[in-house]
Amino acid sequence: MTSRRGQPTVRIAAGQGFWGDWLEAPYRQVTGGPIDYLMMDYLAEVTMSILQKQKSRDPTLGYATDFLPSMERILPVLGARRIKVTANAGGVNPRACAEAVAEAARRLGLAGKLRIGVVTGDDLLGRLDALLARGHALKNLDTGRSLHEVRDRVLSANAYLGAWPVAAALRQGADVVITGRVTDTGLTLAPLIHAFGWRPDAWDLLAAGTVAGHTIECGAQCSGGNCLVDWEKIPDLANVGYPIVEAHPDGTFEVAKHPGTGGRITVGGVTEQLVYEMGDPTQYITPDCIADFTTIRLEQAGQDRVRVSGVRGRPATDKLKVSIAYFYGYKAVGTLVYAWPDAYQKAQAADRVLRQRLADLGLRFEAILTEFVGADATHGPLARRSAPLDALPEVQLRVGVRSTDKPAVERFTREIAPLILNGPPSVTGFAGGRPKPEEIVAYWPALIDKQVVEPCVEVVDV
Amino acid sequence: MRRRKDGRTEGRKGRSRRVRLVELAHARSGDKGDTANVGLIALKPRYYPILVEQVTAARVARHFQGMITGTVERYELPNLLALNFLLHGALDGGGTMSLKTDAQGKVFSTALLRLEIDIEVPR
Repeated sequence: MTSRRGQPTVRIAAGQGFWGDWLEAPYRQVTGGPIDYLMMDYLAEVTMSILQKQKSRDPTLGYATDFLPSMERILPVLGARRIKVTANAGGVNPRACAEAVAEAARRLGLAGKLRIGVVTGDDLLGRLDALLARGHALKNLDTGRSLHEVRDRVLSANAYLGAWPVAAALRQGADVVITGRVTDTGLTLAPLIHAFGWRPDAWDLLAAGTVAGHTIECGAQCSGGNCLVDWEKIPDLANVGYPIVEAHPDGTFEVAKHPGTGGRITVGGVTEQLVYEMGDPTQYITPDCIADFTTIRLEQAGQDRVRVSGVRGRPATDKLKVSIAYFYGYKAVGTLVYAWPDAYQKAQAADRVLRQRLADLGLRFEAILTEFVGADATHGPLARRSAPLDALPEVQLRVGVRSTDKPAVERFTREIAPLILNGPPSVTGFAGGRPKPEEIVAYWPALIDKQVVEPCVEVVDV
Repeated sequence: MRRRKDGRTEGRKGRSRRVRLVELAHARSGDKGDTANVGLIALKPRYYPILVEQVTAARVARHFQGMITGTVERYELPNLLALNFLLHGALDGGGTMSLKTDAQGKVFSTALLRLEIDIEVPR
């Protein structure tokens, strides 16, 4: 903790916004200027099921493997700079992830110099039948259907834990906290709870820390990345600076980035991130509180610096969200590219030929979707109305099918290539070969009583 | 109100001009299951009341006709000069289920900015 303009300040830097984010970001965040915490978010809705599959094949896997090389690179820096890490990289196997990080630390000569905290208790897969038997229906939040319908196909089930177990690990001296399914926002709120001693019923403060977390949980998406307002004037995206929250005990905070980095932090860009993946803005529900996004005040506090204040919160609910993944079926997507003249019309004709052949083969699909990339794939009929459809230089025909019948999907993947020689002309772009059928793991959101989920915190010396 | 030769209209309150939302607002969109959300943000504070008045849930539902199967909900965030729209049934099942290029609703944002509205122009 340092002081900025007379106020105690904790700096939390975003290092990853999702599994697959920029590998350079964590290292740049810990070396580019002063920070107290590095927050790394790895888990999207379907990530847990992918990790569960990996774990079933190899019990030492099941975590975000990108985390390891990032940690190997920054571990030597963390101690000297007194930087702590919060990350939900543990996926469905936080202990194995922690062991791999500990091994890396020992290799780097850090034995006895690092404490790793592990947060578990989110994984409900092994308890699912007991929970159902005790009357926890885990009904689908969107459809209201009972989990019994898909119980035999469930691949993973994880409750979203909040900030408190992460804060507990920090209180027990952890330098690196590795978690399973902890909310994205909890990874930022936890260090603030720990550093400022915020109470469990300080709803406005917890909401402020939650808003801070939401602001930086998608990494550079609040510091110039994927930013529409004046996008062509955003400087040096090649060196984009990932965001840093500079937070104070009263719940106000500023969003900034390291000096000399690219990107841009403005009220407009931060606003875009605040409304990203937003539902009812008056109730942004987390395990820790309900934050009211209609109370947020933003002001430009200098170049690449936005001040956030005024956040109000309400008591947390007595439920936790549960993310369940289950096997659904198969899908495949095939593409071909048609060239001028009449590129769009040729692609349309090819689509008609393909669909007739699929029908003649008697193949049944739950869905067949055709898109013409270059004409309507992103904006549909809104784009077709104004696009020069007769003059497009090229169009990609993109056809996808979905079915529970695997042989039907497999046969579909063999019906794309023949069109090159036996369909409409001026076609190319099949270098990638036959498309592969892909398993569909579907998402089942549900709620569960908070009291039946018991977070577990362990802190071990390396 | 009468229509002039240049396509603009003239009424008691003054002239009006037809503009695309992209001239008045910016936006970002994302997904939650099969629902896409679009946050629409006024480029200037004086544009916000225009958005509130004209970009109604019903108007947005008409705009996306044929692209979404469910209803449209609208929430106001005057503190951020923003409106948040939930477009239900927008993503062909969403997530891993969807066959769409834009399975996560990332560019519904700019699709909304194609919407045309009439704004009053001072005389």
